Amino acid sequence: MADEKGMTSGSILVVGGGISGLTTALEAAEVGYEVYLVEKNPYLGGRVAQLNKYFPKLCPPSCGLEINFKRIKNNRKIKFYTLCEVEKISGSPGNYDVAVKQNPRYVNANCTACNDCVDACPVERESEFDLGMSKTKAIYRPHEMSFPMKYVIDDSVCKKDECAKCVDACSYNAIDLSMGPKTFDLKVGSVVIATGWKPYDATKLDKLGFGQLKNVITNMMMERLAAPNGPTKGKIARPSGGGISSVAFAQCAGSRDENHLPYCSYICCMASLKQATYIREQYPDAKIYIFYIDIRSPGDRYEKFYKKVKEDKNIFFIKGKVAEIEEGSTGVIIIAENALTGEKMRQEVDMAVLATGMMPTGAETKISGDITYNEDGFIIADLEKGGIFAAGCAKKPADVMASAQNATGTALKAIQTLVRR
Amino acid sequence: MDKKYGVYICTGCGIGDALDIERLSKLPQKEYNVEICKTHGFCCGPEGVDLIKKDIEGEGVNAIIVAGCSPRVNQDVFDFGSDKIVERVNLREQVVWCHDLAPVEAGEDAEASEAESALKEGVNLHTQFIAEDYLRMGIVKAQKSELPEPYLLETVSKKILVMGGGISGLTAAIEAANTGYEVTLVEKESSLGGYAAKLRKQIPMSNPFTDLQAPIIQEKIKAVESHPKIEIKTNTVVARIAGEPGDFTVTLKAPGETIEFDVPQLVTQTHDEEGKELTKEQTDELYNELNKGRADILTFDPNGEKFGAVILATGWKPYDASEFENLGFGKYQNVITNVMMEELAANGRITRPSDGKEAKSVVFIQNPNGDDDSDFPFASSVTSLVALKQAKYVREDSSDAKAYVIYQHMRTPGLYENFYKSMQQDDGIFLTKGKVSSITEEGDGSLAVEVDDNLLGEKIRINVDMAVLATGMVPTTKDDAIVNLAYRQGPGFRDIGQFDGYADSNFICFPYETQRTGIYAAGCVRQTLTMADCVEDATGAALKAIQCVESVNRGVAVHPRSGDLTYPDFFFQRCTQCKRCTEECPFGALDDDEKGTPKPNPARCRRCGTCMGACPERIINFADYSIDMIGSMIKAIEGPTEDDYDPVPLRVIVLVGENDAYPAIDMAGMNRLKYSPYVRFIPVRCLGSVNTVWIKDALSSGLDGILLLGCQFGDDYQCHFVKGSELCDRRMENVAETLKSLALEPERVELKQVSITDYDKIPEIINKFVEAIDEVGPNPFKGF
Repeated sequence: MADEKGMTSGSILVVGGGISGLTTALEAAEVGYEVYLVEKNPYLGGRVAQLNKYFPKLCPPSCGLEINFKRIKNNRKIKFYTLCEVEKISGSPGNYDVAVKQNPRYVNANCTACNDCVDACPVERESEFDLGMSKTKAIYRPHEMSFPMKYVIDDSVCKKDECAKCVDACSYNAIDLSMGPKTFDLKVGSVVIATGWKPYDATKLDKLGFGQLKNVITNMMMERLAAPNGPTKGKIARPSGGGISSVAFAQCAGSRDENHLPYCSYICCMASLKQATYIREQYPDAKIYIFYIDIRSPGDRYEKFYKKVKEDKNIFFIKGKVAEIEEGSTGVIIIAENALTGEKMRQEVDMAVLATGMMPTGAETKISGDITYNEDGFIIADLEKGGIFAAGCAKKPADVMASAQNATGTALKAIQTLVRR
Repeated sequence: MDKKYGVYICTGCGIGDALDIERLSKLPQKEYNVEICKTHGFCCGPEGVDLIKKDIEGEGVNAIIVAGCSPRVNQDVFDFGSDKIVERVNLREQVVWCHDLAPVEAGEDAEASEAESALKEGVNLHTQFIAEDYLRMGIVKAQKSELPEPYLLETVSKKILVMGGGISGLTAAIEAANTGYEVTLVEKESSLGGYAAKLRKQIPMSNPFTDLQAPIIQEKIKAVESHPKIEIKTNTVVARIAGEPGDFTVTLKAPGETIEFDVPQLVTQTHDEEGKELTKEQTDELYNELNKGRADILTFDPNGEKFGAVILATGWKPYDASEFENLGFGKYQNVITNVMMEELAANGRITRPSDGKEAKSVVFIQNPNGDDDSDFPFASSVTSLVALKQAKYVREDSSDAKAYVIYQHMRTPGLYENFYKSMQQDDGIFLTKGKVSSITEEGDGSLAVEVDDNLLGEKIRINVDMAVLATGMVPTTKDDAIVNLAYRQGPGFRDIGQFDGYADSNFICFPYETQRTGIYAAGCVRQTLTMADCVEDATGAALKAIQCVESVNRGVAVHPRSGDLTYPDFFFQRCTQCKRCTEECPFGALDDDEKGTPKPNPARCRRCGTCMGACPERIINFADYSIDMIGSMIKAIEGPTEDDYDPVPLRVIVLVGENDAYPAIDMAGMNRLKYSPYVRFIPVRCLGSVNTVWIKDALSSGLDGILLLGCQFGDDYQCHFVKGSELCDRRMENVAETLKSLALEPERVELKQVSITDYDKIPEIINKFVEAIDEVGPNPFKGF
């Protein structure tokens, strides 16, 4: 703080350890404030950890995450807790009591990440990190770059004491099957909610065949398929097997739709353009059809990327929303009306990617406390009152650049609450 | 510092099984005279940590070498306080997890097998060699490492300079001042507000994002004017900013004034009229001529004001629309731009420029030419939203007025979709995708507009009073440095052309990082943003400015090595004034004087070590990272000799960028991917810090090849220090020349760009290089 005031006391709680929460926490801590970061997953990084590349640079998200994790390791001002959910926030700006529930990891700090437990574990489960496209054991490392580098047990499938093979396999006494949930309280001056989003449930788009037709996938699944640490080691393949000669992208799958998400999800146009480059890189002859309402690639940087993708003569843009996806003779048939020509189209492709949008975590789970949500579940922050703020996609649909930018500003608002006290 | 060393070898996670630990644990004493060397089955466990702590307390150990897992894990466990040196030797991820554990078969390599028989049973000889080399390097590194002392300025100014009094600048000033910092706000116009003060109404800024709202700028102006911590200077621009964060000396002046402290400009000319490259002398002469009457950058304005950090929020200017004659601009008075429209609307009812007649029908054009679906240059979602907003103005002015918006793509992302939908509800606003194929003026001054390829299916012709072009917003930094830094590398941001003149960051995850420490861009000078987004962006920039002055005050680096206490130390007696450090520093941290001696500005520095890598005299070093340190680590590698083997196994060093390549190698280990046991990894801060003397050290100590693994470079560079890997690549070209002159094969040195996710490619990259070296043959200097 400015000289005459001296550093003020009080700390900041950041809820959510994705790119927004990490950014808020780190930016505040690097000014000199104490920060608690709580995350519900067993690892930090959130949604971006699942992505293969960022648009428009096509760089790997783990590069920036590595830097952020290094910043956490180097900064004694940040304390982070994984597997935690905030149950209740009470109090007023400058003086909050936060009840946090920590779910059991069943693996303690002794874990060296040697992997012996995984070899011993007989139970398999679907990996939610790979959106069900791969399996892990009941005891697992969430992903290659998980931070913290500690294993975790999925207690919905683990047979616990009945089996306990992992306990025997562990040389470090790191597995404790008796762990249970515990709660603890944090006293903080301000709170930033950065609980992010989840992909809109594509099974709700009943005409688009997801869950019924094997070769209809979502854009997040495409990220995992293209990722080197994904279920196919980065080789994009059809779920039904075999290579790819054509792919269709259905934009606004759920977004800009009164029956689903009325707003625009901000990232899906750029994400599909990016994913088109993934496919084209692996399949030099593949044809790509992008069905859109508007291509939202605003601003100099995104427009440039769109232009570059347009130059690829194997990528076709069709203005028209996909009405239906049907089983085809070898793949799937996209049914859409070309809005410019009025032509009814039936385009058979090997695979369809639904550009599903983002649903804020607040649409399903609301934190108990003085927090206002809009009807879609985005948090409306009252900057004048202060105290509790929202950052990133908990507040509005945003891409990574915009999330990091507004998370940085939110860190300052959180600090101001402490200063004013 | 007087060091007392302690070496702790962990035997857990398979290390104890794969190595002859007894032999390894004798090495510190035998080769380095280090008395304390202990082994433990679980070093990172409570007992293991206690073992170390006991030696710290009981034996006074203060230089701790932990040989076990990667330094990327358990950093907190092995943190024994800032007065201790801790080195980690990566025996797990980079030795036992990625090498063949089986002993060498006698039939396959009789000599190796024989040598191996001296080891603990079941241990592979090569694996043991790697571990021993890494332990040597770890000890040497600890020997060559010193505890850093922070670089502290004598006096630190925490005052923040905000350039620009528009929505972003005003917000940044208020937010910084509300956090307790003194702010000076400069604005080149005579009043505050910028374009935000010239609006009739604003695009919605808050939930539900459906309706236009009253401008907020007057509130912001009031807040700034009444804030005790904000000083306002209108009719003022920045002549120059000299010095470094925490201690900038800023000269302010009136716009258009010529003063001694105007910032020196760079010579842009590189060739003379005959196309011959200018000599250094000619360039100097041109420089002096160009900057006649201006004080040199190292002369500080005695009347300058002190600031700690700067927020650049100078906004945008309208794109020059004169090139759009095809749409009638400049030809017909009633074809105007969106900026002109806003001015008309702000002044009252919207009237036609040609005759002042009320505009009852207006077409808004989003796309400048029919061949392409792009918006106007420098357009963005703002131009889409503004068209909708201004369409609404037309409707507000008259209930029977009509507005037509012709677009290729309606860019209303995120919650702005609500605004778009709300405008669609207005039955006087017609929205269609389409291309304007022609505009012609009718006798009464109205315009006939033809629209092709629209959603109605047929060519339509509309008659309107006015046409509004959605021309873009050009960042003020496009053709003018604006920030006027008195830096040897020039007054503006380098490589700004890559972002079409925006003062933007190259990094998706770090939007405020520019190549100039302590200067943070916000608002439309960084990216074209709506006003709501400008407010958020400016708040973030205010945080970064505050964080920077607080970091300088603590003597630590800012991003990406935030908190780093070290800084480059120059041994000037041996400086030959070659200027390479000044020229190569990606952050412009160095200013040389007229002789060429660099003047370091440590608070501008990001601690990448590019200067250290550039210096041919090797006089630039850090407390815990130096030429001598890495050189000594290289020399510590025990190359097998002909006495032991025939043929001698290869030895290759790999200099590894620590942010991306090093974790990729760790992940290869975690996935138990195997690769050649003849390589030794040495982490470096950035490839930019690689000094060619290390290549010499390696070759003269008989090593056979040097592989450099660093970040991707080029336009979409991933180097966190902007230029490091690219500069290194250029240096290696020179190395290749030198190698040729020594009759050594240039193939012995190679640089590869890898991403952090390329771990699956690591074995192939390494093995291929080793194979290539094998083909070239052993280093002829081996044994000399």
